[in-house]
Amino acid sequence: MADFEPTIVAFCCNYCGFAAADLAGSMRLDYPPNIRIIRIPCSGRAEIQEVLDAFLKGADGVAVVGCLEGDCHFISGNFKAKRRVTRMKELLAEAKVDPERLEFRNNAASMGPQLAQFFNEFTEKIRGLGPNTATIKLKKSQANEPDPNEKKEVHP
Amino acid sequence: MIMAERKPMPAIEEMLAPYKKIALIGCKGCVTVCNAGGKKEVGILSAQLKLMRPDLEITEVTPERQCDPEYVESVERYAEGQDAILSMACGAGVQLMAEHYHGLPVLPALDTTFIGVTEKAGEYVERCQACGSCKLHLTGGICPIARCSKSLLNGPCGGSVDGHCEIDPGVPCGWQLIVDRLTELNQLDNYEKIAEAPNWATSRDGGPRRITREDLK
Amino acid sequence: MITQSNLEAVFESGEFAVTGECGPPRGMDPEVVKEKGSILKGYVDAVNVTDNQTAMVRMSSMAASLLLKQIGLEPVMQMVCRDRNRIAMQSDILGAAAHGIHNLVCLSGDHQRFGDHPGAKNVYDLDSVQLINMVKNMRDEKMFQGGKEIKKGEPRIFIGAAANPFADPFQIRVPRLAKKVAAGVNFIQTQCIYNLDKFGEWMDGVCKRGLHEKAYIMGGVTPMKSAGMANYMAKNVAGIDIPDALLKRMKETPKEEQKAEGIKIAIETIKQLKEMEGVSGVHIMAIEWEEAVPEMVQGAGLYPRPAAKA
Repeated sequence: MADFEPTIVAFCCNYCGFAAADLAGSMRLDYPPNIRIIRIPCSGRAEIQEVLDAFLKGADGVAVVGCLEGDCHFISGNFKAKRRVTRMKELLAEAKVDPERLEFRNNAASMGPQLAQFFNEFTEKIRGLGPNTATIKLKKSQANEPDPNEKKEVHP
Repeated sequence: MIMAERKPMPAIEEMLAPYKKIALIGCKGCVTVCNAGGKKEVGILSAQLKLMRPDLEITEVTPERQCDPEYVESVERYAEGQDAILSMACGAGVQLMAEHYHGLPVLPALDTTFIGVTEKAGEYVERCQACGSCKLHLTGGICPIARCSKSLLNGPCGGSVDGHCEIDPGVPCGWQLIVDRLTELNQLDNYEKIAEAPNWATSRDGGPRRITREDLK
Repeated sequence: MITQSNLEAVFESGEFAVTGECGPPRGMDPEVVKEKGSILKGYVDAVNVTDNQTAMVRMSSMAASLLLKQIGLEPVMQMVCRDRNRIAMQSDILGAAAHGIHNLVCLSGDHQRFGDHPGAKNVYDLDSVQLINMVKNMRDEKMFQGGKEIKKGEPRIFIGAAANPFADPFQIRVPRLAKKVAAGVNFIQTQCIYNLDKFGEWMDGVCKRGLHEKAYIMGGVTPMKSAGMANYMAKNVAGIDIPDALLKRMKETPKEEQKAEGIKIAIETIKQLKEMEGVSGVHIMAIEWEEAVPEMVQGAGLYPRPAAKA
């Protein structure tokens, strides 16, 4: 477990979260390479299904980063995201995934250092929680069957 | 529309325990509108189940409805070879699926709750009890059967205070609403007419109901 | 006289009538009923027997009514719409009448949410107005609710109902009473009265429509046991209106004298009700405090009660 490197997906809103990550980069601030950023137009765009899928596909932690309250480019997207993350945490708990593996954060575009710090802390927290066991079980079962997880969504 | 809520996860887990391969079937009708059993909820439940039960093979499909035979038949190829069907339709849909797929256990993923309306996004409230004998023209368009906690036809009881029902301050007194609306319509005379003892035979009390339309056969 | 009810006889004689109340026990002990009844004996003209009040399971109102009858009291059997459909109600009414129960109070009943069986199915096949009408038709038209004739003896029942002048919406509280009168009610017992001004306002409306001439109106009185109980009722019981002045009066009374003060207030209320146009009697609901009734009746100058006719 000592060499466990968590995989963390960060859904970052284009206007704040992503801009702040960009700023952190420009300022040459370090944050862990464990963070995989997915740029979305607004934190309100993060769908429940996508976050659950991130966990299904191997994420050990997921962060959703939106603008400061009152500063959403789409007026209320970050409030919607906050409520939805609360719901996601309930759904994760039901599915026996520790809801602590999911976090919502408000972060302005100018807050590069703060975002880098958050990423550092969140990575350490997930490292402490250990690997997402659901993913391990899934990998094992995938090893037995070539391709059981292929989605068969159909539109009759 | 018909409102429903997803069952608690432990109940779903218990139902699914004996099975390895299931078809998870949603419905694009009412339960899509109330965000309980549409395509989106099928995807979410499927992801949750996979997180818990990687061994469970899930085939997802969301037909137009589950309460009409042609749509129930349209998902035959997805039901084929499964251990069970987990239906995210209302109780009516679950039953038509069960009638059609004789050899398969059909399990309900939802609790069907009431016939109601969307008050605002995320707030659904009961409005109709399908009593089979609508009297809304006499009560200002507000149903005493569905909206009075005691279904009083000559209400309100003595527990109506400040517009709230005695059972819960969060429940508006149906009869306060009726009186307000009749006052607004200048139809308070309607209030003084005694509502006779109802004929519940048109309701569920008359046994399972059926409508026959020869012209449509 | 339309029935053999002693209560009806008292009203007919023009006397100010007095009824009490007895809540049956949550058990089968008949002595509890008889003990409560014997405290009231001689001080009231009839005793209401509640029907699973607050939706808690208790000895049936019919059984407890019969126990009271055995010790020489006239029962007023209460019947709620919550627990029985029209078939069971009519059958119980026939049974009660067969045993010489002459008074029936028709009520909606407290919602089962309040009791200790919140998961029970409620019935509400009929509401209180429809129940009144059903009993009236059984008695006067010799007809079951379903339309068939009652051939083996119609129940001669003196029909009562409740009214709450303090519940909302206030503007339909008189019309609602008018519906009960039109349905055939003979007497009315009101919710407990603390706010005499509001009650007076309601009574004015009742008299203007002449409803007091078609049904006897009895004002409900419940003595306050303590300032704490008064506060609790004012805040938590739907449809109870206790003016601040009364709450203050109770609060400013030393604790050990509060019981006596509560009785004093109740006596003052009864005296005022006696003077009010259209009020024909008082219904004393001394909940689990039957001992207070004799003092109240005497204090209000309503003792002795007219002798019950044989």
